[in-house]
Amino acid sequence: MSRIIELFHHTFIQRAFLACALIGFTNGFLSAFIVLRRLALMADALSHALLPGVAVGIILFGFAPISLFIGAVTAALMVGLGAEVISRSSRVKEETALAILYTVAFSAGIIFLQFAPVRVDIDHYLFGNILGVSNSDLWLTYGISFVTIATLVLLQRPLFLMLFDQSVAATQGVNVRALNYLLVTLLVLAMISSLQAVGVILALGLLVAPAATVYLLSDSCTALFWGGGFIGLFGSCAGLGLSLWLNLPAGACIVMFLGLMFCLAYIFSPKYGLIRRYIKRGHYHKESLARWDDGHKHES
Amino acid sequence: MSIHHLRINDLTVSYNRVPALHHINIEVGCGHCVALLGPNGAGKTTFFKTIVGLLKPDSGNITFHEHQTGRNLGDVAYLPQRENVDWDFPITVRGLVEMGCYLRLSWWRKFSNEDRRTVESALKAMHLEELADRQISALSGGQQQRAFLARALAQDAHIFLFDEPFAGLDKRSQESLGLTIKEIAQKGNLVIASHHDLKNVHDFFDQVIFLNGELIAHGDTDKVFTEENIAKTFSTSVFSGVTA
Repeated sequence: MSRIIELFHHTFIQRAFLACALIGFTNGFLSAFIVLRRLALMADALSHALLPGVAVGIILFGFAPISLFIGAVTAALMVGLGAEVISRSSRVKEETALAILYTVAFSAGIIFLQFAPVRVDIDHYLFGNILGVSNSDLWLTYGISFVTIATLVLLQRPLFLMLFDQSVAATQGVNVRALNYLLVTLLVLAMISSLQAVGVILALGLLVAPAATVYLLSDSCTALFWGGGFIGLFGSCAGLGLSLWLNLPAGACIVMFLGLMFCLAYIFSPKYGLIRRYIKRGHYHKESLARWDDGHKHES
Repeated sequence: MSIHHLRINDLTVSYNRVPALHHINIEVGCGHCVALLGPNGAGKTTFFKTIVGLLKPDSGNITFHEHQTGRNLGDVAYLPQRENVDWDFPITVRGLVEMGCYLRLSWWRKFSNEDRRTVESALKAMHLEELADRQISALSGGQQQRAFLARALAQDAHIFLFDEPFAGLDKRSQESLGLTIKEIAQKGNLVIASHHDLKNVHDFFDQVIFLNGELIAHGDTDKVFTEENIAKTFSTSVFSGVTA
């Protein structure tokens, strides 16, 4: 333990924890929207689709955060929008088009990287390097976290209506299509901010697991947003601490820790956990009788 | 007090050039509880979706109180079919009813005490006070429909478009819901509900619309709900040519 406390004196460790806290909270907060809008598959596709953009960014402008940023946003939006264009203009469904486009994009990225002026380690892109976070990476993370959280908080009501029922939201004047595009854009931004820290593959864990955990514990949307944020923050920092202690890869430790929290909720959740469900089985008759009575009290 | 009217003039709506509704002309006043009757594929959901602006008509227009209907009109509440609702969504009955106020509040205004009172009175009107903190899947079918009605009341809607409200409900819940929507209409609102069970039309609805791609008949239940109109609506093939 004293070794960990000693490690805290190093600037790069402090930066790593700060980045983890920011990314963990932002991705965790966003994860509520990903889970409720069922965008996990889209997030997976986009995580791969970023690669050609990153590769082209490196080839054209070198290894600077801004070049990675512009390249990644362009590539992800091209794949996301391309899938929608194909599904609208043919009989191919959107998830099929998305699967084709992101695998093609990922392959193109691997080929492009062969022409990069500097040697790029693909593992670094996939799994990140939290201890290598620079000040400029941190500034990018600050910016993305601020934009993401502020947008989601400000637009909470229309987003909430849209997540619950898209057609009814549209009848209430919500621009459903614009909000869907906005969510995908925020998703891409969150992935880019996670790129350096945990890599795109593990970013997906941060973008789904926190809200999925709270989803098993609470019936409140607000709890899902903020609880997801705090679980993301706690899981990221605890995972990083664990990785330093046990000398294991940081990204993997973070996602393992989040996975563990999800498993605990899945088994022990007082309302929707496996054990609760199992115990409830014996009382089905009593439960349904009580509900039936309740239901008919006002209906009779 | 003058009665507001929903006026539908020469309405034609089609999907990929196949007409689902063809030259519909209807005028209904507030205060009526109207059954929308027709076989599957007759265009009932299309009819509702066009009124709320989810579908664009090929021709014709719809006005309420001399204003064009469409999106962003708080006067109209659309209550979708139960199977289209995600019942596992993390929301309580109170949260659902609060959503009714969002249109008025937009995204920036604070949820005021007045809004809280509106929500409470909508819950009370639908007898849901004791169930307000329950998640929506932990309600019976009838209670779920009443929760959506409470949301429409909180929205301060005057037209309630109800897509198959009685589907999947037992007889007692059907009766209870039927009386509730009748009460809502008697308070000066217009309720239009698509409906399948011809046996209880007389009990709940004072007007009927027979629809099968085109308008077969519309008027008071006593006069229009006849064997002839039923046969005309349900025995002929569906207007669009796509049978159920």
